[in-house]
Amino acid sequence: MTSLHWLTQFIEVLAALAAAPLFVGWINQCRAWLQNKSAPSLLQPYRGIRKLFHKDAVLATQASPLFRLAPYVVFGSMVCAAAVIPSLGTRLPFSDAADAIALVGLFATARVFMSLAAMDVGTAFGSLGARREMLVGFLAEPALLMVIFLASLIATSTSLPAISEGLATQTLALYPSLAFTGVAFVLVLLAENARIPVDNPATHLELTMIHEAMLLEYSARHLALMEWASALKLFNYACIGFALFLPWGAATGDAPALATLLASIPILGLKLLAAGSVLALIETVSAKLRIFRAPEFLATAFLFAVLGLLVHLLLGA
Amino acid sequence: MSNLTFDLQLLNTFAALLLLSSFAMLSQRRVVTMVNLLALQGVLLGLATLLLAWRTGNGHLYVSAGVTLALKAVFLPWLLHRLIRRLGVYWDSEPLLNIAATMLVGLIVVIFAFGLAQPIAALATTSTRSSIGIAVAVVLLAFLTMITRRKAMSQVVGFLSMENGLFFGAMSATYGMPMIIELGVALDVLVAMLVLGVFFFQIREQFDSLDLHHLESLKEEK
Repeated sequence: MTSLHWLTQFIEVLAALAAAPLFVGWINQCRAWLQNKSAPSLLQPYRGIRKLFHKDAVLATQASPLFRLAPYVVFGSMVCAAAVIPSLGTRLPFSDAADAIALVGLFATARVFMSLAAMDVGTAFGSLGARREMLVGFLAEPALLMVIFLASLIATSTSLPAISEGLATQTLALYPSLAFTGVAFVLVLLAENARIPVDNPATHLELTMIHEAMLLEYSARHLALMEWASALKLFNYACIGFALFLPWGAATGDAPALATLLASIPILGLKLLAAGSVLALIETVSAKLRIFRAPEFLATAFLFAVLGLLVHLLLGA
Repeated sequence: MSNLTFDLQLLNTFAALLLLSSFAMLSQRRVVTMVNLLALQGVLLGLATLLLAWRTGNGHLYVSAGVTLALKAVFLPWLLHRLIRRLGVYWDSEPLLNIAATMLVGLIVVIFAFGLAQPIAALATTSTRSSIGIAVAVVLLAFLTMITRRKAMSQVVGFLSMENGLFFGAMSATYGMPMIIELGVALDVLVAMLVLGVFFFQIREQFDSLDLHHLESLKEEK
């Protein structure tokens, strides 16, 4: 490991922390444009987080230590995930700590803590949100694992940086299986990040909410960490998507030039801009599903992922 | 990793999309969308045949690609749309199982089909032999579509999709059947479709609906 690799790692985590709220702001902006509304500033998520950090935290009297611990665990696991995902370079010193399957486990840890904390205070909304989150999570996880298994089969490794590098450096070929799993991945991304067909991130008022219902009891720095963590989660998912389906542009190889590393930052920015507008478009054109339709939505994701796997095994492509 | 030539990759992509369209049909609730998907399947099949004809230089494959495009992508969907309009059955497709369960059963069917096709593919000598499994899967999925629907219209769509699968199977196993058989099958499908169209009206006149479960009992009353 050269110092350049450590530099890559450092910049990558820093970039994830800094750019995640911006990414959310960009999606909100695109959504507002598409819906003919005047958009909030791009920096609005930062302002929200800053404001929350300056407030005094209010805790419910029955809240256990778990309730106070959960935001740190959730935020911490998202930062760990950001350190493992190869968004700027593929030779990351931290990547040996967790392969793609452990990465899914990291997301699961965050989910479990979030749900436990939501149930901890004992409000109706909290446990309702937690139950729904677990329902969505347990259906989305197998689909995500199948997506990762296919990429691992093609690249013969379960380490995400190795997969990304393998896919980026091989000769260009048509992979129908990767296209299928790409669709599956987008569906999982929408469901896991509380985006529109499954959950509405912009409302606190409906009985249908999932993610927001779990955060209702949080305030101040805890809430800020939770919001930041969910922005990071979206950012991480987008970066996993890039690593698997658009792996070009990241610094690969044992000794990447400094120029490649520097070039990978604007390339990642461009990918995020494109992904954000596509996400906003998907959210604008689709309607929110009833909660009982969510299993069907996620079964479709699972179906796409398994079809991709089967097609790969049959056609070798 | 993939050492196939580009046209073979493209053919494989068409095969994969064909399988996907079968699944889309299986999960559809509305019969109008099913017919549109059938048209899409016809287009995919026609394009795949065209590509194969270009690849192998087989003259008669061009003809069958033309017949496929004209018949399965344009004429039959048009005929079905006309029937739907006449009979007013736009929303007429209730799956017996719920969609998620149907799709999971579909996945098992695909795995079964791939396993079934493996020995056949081992015997075939064509370069497209790996798609035989997909053809078998399309046939079985069409079967499943027919089994899980109760209305006559969606069953006919499933039947036509099954024929698509058989055609694709013949294409990948032996680069297409002899011309005369292919024309015969195309004509059969056409005639069957016309006769079924007449049947629809008869069934509806008799029972006031296209629900086939009325046909299960032989006598009027018991």
